[in-house]
Amino acid sequence: MRHRKTPFILGFLVVPVALYIALVIWPYLQTFGYSLTDWSGASSEMNFIGLDNYTALFKDSAFLGALRHNLLLLVVLPLATILLALFFAFMLNVGGRSGTGGVQGVRGSAFYKVVFFFPQVLSVAILSVLFQGVYRTDKGGLLNGVLIALGIVDENHPWDFASNPTFGLWCVMGVIVWSGVGFYLVLFSAAMQSIPKDIYEAALLDGAQRGTTFFKITLPLLWESIQTAWVYLAIAAMDAFALVSTMTPGAYYGGGPDHHSEIMATLLMRNFITYGKAGYACAMGVVIFFITLVLSVVSLRVTRREKIEF
Amino acid sequence: MGSATEYNRRDLFKRAAAITVLAAGGTSLLAACAGGSGSSDNKSGASPTLGGDSKNPFGVKASDALDVVIFKGGYGDDYAKVFEDAYKKAYAGANVSHLGTQEISGKLQPRFNAGSPPDVFDNSGAQAMKADVLVSAGQLTDLTVLLEAPYLDDPSKKIKDVLLPGTVEQGTIDGKMYSLNYVYTVFGLWYSAKLFKDKGWTPPKTWDEFITLCGTIKAAGIAPFAHQGKYPYYANYIIFSLIAKQGGLDLVKKINACDTAAWDDPAVLAGVKAFYKIMEGDFLLPGTNGMTHTESQTAWCQGKAAFIPSGSWLENEMLASTPADFDMAFLPVPSLPNDKLPATALWAGAGEPFMVPSKAKNKAGGLEFLRMMLTKDGSSKFVATANSLTVLKDGVNADVPLKPGTKSSAAAVKAAGDVTFNFSFQDLQTAFDAEVENATNELVNKRITPEEWVSRGKAATSKKV
Repeated sequence: MRHRKTPFILGFLVVPVALYIALVIWPYLQTFGYSLTDWSGASSEMNFIGLDNYTALFKDSAFLGALRHNLLLLVVLPLATILLALFFAFMLNVGGRSGTGGVQGVRGSAFYKVVFFFPQVLSVAILSVLFQGVYRTDKGGLLNGVLIALGIVDENHPWDFASNPTFGLWCVMGVIVWSGVGFYLVLFSAAMQSIPKDIYEAALLDGAQRGTTFFKITLPLLWESIQTAWVYLAIAAMDAFALVSTMTPGAYYGGGPDHHSEIMATLLMRNFITYGKAGYACAMGVVIFFITLVLSVVSLRVTRREKIEF
Repeated sequence: MGSATEYNRRDLFKRAAAITVLAAGGTSLLAACAGGSGSSDNKSGASPTLGGDSKNPFGVKASDALDVVIFKGGYGDDYAKVFEDAYKKAYAGANVSHLGTQEISGKLQPRFNAGSPPDVFDNSGAQAMKADVLVSAGQLTDLTVLLEAPYLDDPSKKIKDVLLPGTVEQGTIDGKMYSLNYVYTVFGLWYSAKLFKDKGWTPPKTWDEFITLCGTIKAAGIAPFAHQGKYPYYANYIIFSLIAKQGGLDLVKKINACDTAAWDDPAVLAGVKAFYKIMEGDFLLPGTNGMTHTESQTAWCQGKAAFIPSGSWLENEMLASTPADFDMAFLPVPSLPNDKLPATALWAGAGEPFMVPSKAKNKAGGLEFLRMMLTKDGSSKFVATANSLTVLKDGVNADVPLKPGTKSSAAAVKAAGDVTFNFSFQDLQTAFDAEVENATNELVNKRITPEEWVSRGKAATSKKV
């Protein structure tokens, strides 16, 4: 019935594609247009200024710094989250003591699975409030309180965590990884459970250790899930706006101290809302769009492997 | 399974999923840029002119609806409803719509872009629209006509005669007044008069006395100074007050104008060096450099720190956390040797800017609403509910009870007389202000010296709008 395929697909796609064009593609195109103007964001008047915004952008040290920070997020977030999630998923599903009842997770794995998923249920706003309490810069903070009680930190000079120029961004990354691992744990768990048990049992009979089964069986068969996770996380790394803007110091959307935790999204918002440089902010948006686009395409291509059907 | 068709369909879905993911990630950023495609004609309604009628100088028609948007922050929005009722009474049958919100930008930016702004709005809070941006986009009405209108309580006076000093200047951009800042705010140091009485400390008059007292306070086991470290502009209240008193009103004007040469004035370095003594003496509340305003002000209310910088909204903001016998008191920033301004001089200014959009449908009604706010009864009602003064001279009825902090800031305003100053760059030169805030944050963390702070401030003047 091949000849009926096209109308069938079209029938399903007309409405979503129309919505997609109106709500996504059209705003994108508008953004490209605005990025070529000196639009203030507060009126409908603007002048066409060509590529001036873009040339200014790549001379703006704050923007280049923000770009570097986003690239750091891009490397660290997917790597840390996926590795942790894979490790936990493996332990919960097939990492248990071998020998007795075939392949199983560590003891209490059902319980752990629920616990690990908890952070995913929390909204970003709650995460931010929660971790501002954890990172609080006096002895009322969870970490400082413990460290002071243990005598590691001087009560009169507690650590400044998210306000620290070197570690501020890392503190935020810790929160993102903490909140994300649970979701990918569940994603990988589901994928692992669809791997037939007899493959593992065969490997175990042949005397394979946990490490071997992980690298020779689990990882190759999970590849598609990992690939999806990578794309999701890479895109999350290009955003991270809510946490950075609320957790780091600075009056207009955080990013401090002194741009040390600045990311493109906070810089964009500050220029758009606070400084009234909406055209310039749109140029940033366009740059972010292209980086995200290239990243997604590249990571989907590079990670393409031969599919194993089972 | 595995047929060509099957594979194609799976592949198709996979790609669709990837595109959706892309879209979801990018939209939040890019959609923010999608402005309205409203009318781009530059036609703004003719500015109302003053008629002969002192009862209705702007020629308000009761049949025109009035659209009011109020920032529902520390002062709430109930006070505005009182004014709206007065408006409805004066113009019987007028339809008044009221919106109280914290998202001023979110609610109003699309309306401005679409050419249908409200008739009057209170542009305050963290998400206020930037006045400089609105003015340069031609979106605001020149309020000179309001200043010339008769004062409702006494029609022989004009509105401009009954405003506290600095009100007109605060609302002025490029020589024209565009916003009526309704709340009169003083900026300086705050302390608990009860704590000081119990410990036998005297509020210092000079900065040297202040630093000496800080030593005494620290020896007593209390942190001398807290500040809202996550938002460095609070610390700037102290630094710039010291600079203004040392350098005089001309210097204030130059700094507000982002004049590069102003930063070479020795008063700038003298002021910031004096402030830096707090860091040199290790007088900060531990951790205060990373605290939000709520965290640091609460610690201060709990008696963990003696002084904190803030504007006079502090008392109302901290009502719930302040102990009943706290006896909050205001202290103008102490003076340095050879100051150009008297010790009583203080940073005072009008805040809570009310604006009338130039493309408003009922501009006359918006202006009339502002005129009605400036009556002694109206002002008293505001003072009683919001624990803050208004810009109306002598604007509190004698029977309105004042809280201790408000009373003490009212006394400071009286003592200062006409010698007040105001660093409007915090509202009007936001890019410059952000750079100065960054520098101050580095300073309080002792990552830069006062000399470096001055050179960073000087460099920041290039961000002038």
